[in-house]
Amino acid sequence: MKHQEAPLDPSLGSPPDSTLDASPDPSRRAFLGIAAGATAAVVAPGFVLQAQAVGNPRAERVSDVHRWGLLVDTNRCVDGCRACVEACDQENGLDLQSKQPGQSEAEWDTQKAVWLRKVKLQDNLTGRVSNLPMMCQHCESPPCVDVCPTGASFKRADGIVMVDRHTCIGCRYCMMACPYKARSFIHEVVEDQLTRVPRGKGCVESCNLCVSRRDQGLDSTACADACTALGHRAILFGDLKDPASAISQALKTMPSRQIREDLDLNTGVRYAGV
Amino acid sequence: MKRIVYREWRIPSERYWSLLGILAAVVGLGGLAALHMEHNGHWVTGMSNAVVWGMPHIFAVMLIISASGALNIATIGTVFGKGAYKPLGRLSGLLASALLVGGLLILVLDLGRPDRLLVAITHYNFRSIFAWNIYLYTGFMVIVIAYLWSMADRMGGPFVKPIGIFAMVWRLALTAGTGSIFGFLVARQAFDTAFLAPMFVVMSFAYGLAIMLLVLMFTFDQEGRPLGHKLRGRLMNLLGTFVAAALFLTVIYYLTKVYGAKNYELVSWVLFHGGIYSFLFWFGWILMGSLAPLGIIYHPVLSHERNWVVAACALVILGGMASLYVIIIGSQAFPLQMFPGHTIIESGFFDGVNGEAASYWATIPEVLLGLGGIAVALLITAVGVRVLQFLPESLADGDVPPDDLGHAAPELAGT
Repeated sequence: MKHQEAPLDPSLGSPPDSTLDASPDPSRRAFLGIAAGATAAVVAPGFVLQAQAVGNPRAERVSDVHRWGLLVDTNRCVDGCRACVEACDQENGLDLQSKQPGQSEAEWDTQKAVWLRKVKLQDNLTGRVSNLPMMCQHCESPPCVDVCPTGASFKRADGIVMVDRHTCIGCRYCMMACPYKARSFIHEVVEDQLTRVPRGKGCVESCNLCVSRRDQGLDSTACADACTALGHRAILFGDLKDPASAISQALKTMPSRQIREDLDLNTGVRYAGV
Repeated sequence: MKRIVYREWRIPSERYWSLLGILAAVVGLGGLAALHMEHNGHWVTGMSNAVVWGMPHIFAVMLIISASGALNIATIGTVFGKGAYKPLGRLSGLLASALLVGGLLILVLDLGRPDRLLVAITHYNFRSIFAWNIYLYTGFMVIVIAYLWSMADRMGGPFVKPIGIFAMVWRLALTAGTGSIFGFLVARQAFDTAFLAPMFVVMSFAYGLAIMLLVLMFTFDQEGRPLGHKLRGRLMNLLGTFVAAALFLTVIYYLTKVYGAKNYELVSWVLFHGGIYSFLFWFGWILMGSLAPLGIIYHPVLSHERNWVVAACALVILGGMASLYVIIIGSQAFPLQMFPGHTIIESGFFDGVNGEAASYWATIPEVLLGLGGIAVALLITAVGVRVLQFLPESLADGDVPPDDLGHAAPELAGT
């Protein structure tokens, strides 16, 4: 038997009803159509984005299988070279900072954010000079995390110490507590910033071992890359928990130390030759 | 013996409103300063990545520990049963809460993100001494209000002593906690000592009492209420004891620091080579803030003269500001000791190159914010004594209850 489809348009062949005025309202149908379309338009991107997110490294929970760290060989760190500093600034948008109108150069130098700096030391006894980059040391027991009243300063499972910029209230107590002067306070309104490194006035920030690279599954930091590109190879990044990693192998063979070892913080950044 | 009668502060309206107007103007300036800092960011202040806590924190810590110290008088009256102090209990409680509000306002308005106060209230890291202090401060307010009720209401009589004991323990914890905000910082040589907790407690007794005495003398003078020499003398003696105890702890603090070879440079810098910090230590903290007031307090003639008493109290407060400046700012300005046995000869972030200390100079907005906090505290006090019965009608020597009656001394809550 041939199935006869009901006409789509109510105006085409609906039987008249004498008791009820059942002639469908075209505007109602149009409204339902628009509502369905709008709902689909709102919901569909969610499904698409979720599908894309699954399988993305950023959607995976950070695990303590890794502990990321750096080994700095100060014998290889070249006097006057600032490649690591410049690479860090570019990676994190710190080169976009600008002096405020009316602010002196001297003030700006003490108030701008610095995540990585070069330090030159002289041994008081022997006179030996060493150069090294200083940054957040990514302590296993970070004083900045202990003291933060809101928990904004936190340590990820993979050992990276960083600041949750949504809960940082800008009290700067972590800066008081850090033994390495590793943290900076954003003293001015941030005009330009990178999408991968959100920054904002009134919050504290510091080296996060290029965390956006970690979340993309990349295995380097901007400072280590820049140092290697110049052939200095003074900064080695890697997984301290992986015995086969280059950093673990180097730490096995090379005498190294933590800065402020007396505090027993078990830093993720180690130094050789100083 | 007469009953203690409390009355509102009834100075002429014009004088009262003028006083309120001046205080409100200072509060307004403080508010504008906070707005300026919040709008532009902290680059308009003298604070930097090296000296992260500056002048606002000096004012804030001063007010907060003074709040605890101001309540000391109520404790002596109700907990230790010294009847002569009992009439001062209500003013002591009012001042304590007012000073705390002023101090906390400064702290909150100096935050990088004062708009996130709700975050600070809803997110706690219980490993943080700072987070504990948030509870200590808010709890203090509640306890002081209960304490005031127990002192002022007939129904509260039986509760005065238990609440008083609880308030005493709480405020000792509060001041010890405030000292520990610095004492728990292992990173900095000048901090990193539990000694700062008791030191802040004793300093709070001195500063709180000095402020209390000034407020008491001013309010009584303005209205012509009698303040007996005997009671004033007792309060001054107490102030002398506290100032001497704080001086003693200061000596011990630096002696313990200098005992370790690793701190030789720090102590030598603070005492001799620290520039403004050495000056403030010797001239502000030791000479003008400790020795000079002690000289006045224990002087056979000057200690009886009102203006010298006022000067002694003012010196204790100014000396306290100097001591907090040295303790809080000086300790940050002195470079972090990251490489013992080495000298930093170049740095991209001012790591104390050749031992050079970080520089800090307070800016006008910072000072105005601090003064605004003081004005808030005084404004609350001025309104409090005007509308409620905080001040005893007379503290003439004959009207003050004897000590031995303790908290059983009769009292009449104004009529």
